[in-house]
Amino acid sequence: MSDVSVLRELIGRQSDEVLVEVERGAIRKFAEAVGDTTEACIRGDIAPPTFPTTIRIPIPGLTFDLARVLHGGQEYRFERPILAGDRLRCRTRLRDVYQREGRLGAMTFLIIELEGRSEDGEPVFSGRSTVIVR
Amino acid sequence: MSDTLTTHLSPRELSVGSALPELRKEAITKLQLVKYAGASGDYNLIHTDDETARRVGLDGVIAHGMLSMAFLGEYLCWLTGPTSIRRLTVRFAEMVRPGDVLTCRARVKALEQDAGGQRMTLELWAEDQRAQQVTFGEAEVVTS
Repeated sequence: MSDVSVLRELIGRQSDEVLVEVERGAIRKFAEAVGDTTEACIRGDIAPPTFPTTIRIPIPGLTFDLARVLHGGQEYRFERPILAGDRLRCRTRLRDVYQREGRLGAMTFLIIELEGRSEDGEPVFSGRSTVIVR
Repeated sequence: MSDTLTTHLSPRELSVGSALPELRKEAITKLQLVKYAGASGDYNLIHTDDETARRVGLDGVIAHGMLSMAFLGEYLCWLTGPTSIRRLTVRFAEMVRPGDVLTCRARVKALEQDAGGQRMTLELWAEDQRAQQVTFGEAEVVTS
């Protein structure tokens, strides 16, 4: 799955929209694992800013050998905090694929975006992951 | 959302270049990596199984990069409150292993007053006990 030309053909491909219900217990469990001391997160009221990493929606046709991928970078943007009880319409998309010479030779970079909207369609958050395939 | 009151800095006293108070996390444990795998849904065994990690050329398990980013997220909540965060962008530069102690630090990169309040851009990073920046990036927060 690392052949760049094959991957490039998938640029623009996106997942179906998935309705994600943000559960208080999931927020609490996440905060506990991180050792997060933010009271609103410990109570499960407000999701920690990296909580969207729990939202994993595969893009059809895009599969990885986990042993060969590295997470190079990550961005999250928020219109407002994610709250317990939110019902978010989420979708992932392969935004870009490119090759670059790195310390370990040629490496393939994938830019994968995630967006979350309220049920009314208002943007709530977005994510942008840089995944490196060795 | 009363947590916005229990923050650790007052943006009015800050200027560009100001260093912010640091947040030191407890040493990362293998148990924490197992919990984080479960809570986040990242089940890549290089984070929880030494045998798998060695098979891909590592000495043993390494922490999820996202765990160090989560520390920076907690750090932002601690600094300016969980409702203040507009953006967090990081790069994962170095591997983190069980036993490593990460400290979150930040400096003010830009400050501006806009209609929504005081908008602040921070340069922030997590460094290990060898003062090596393992994860670094930028954040934007808005405080009223």
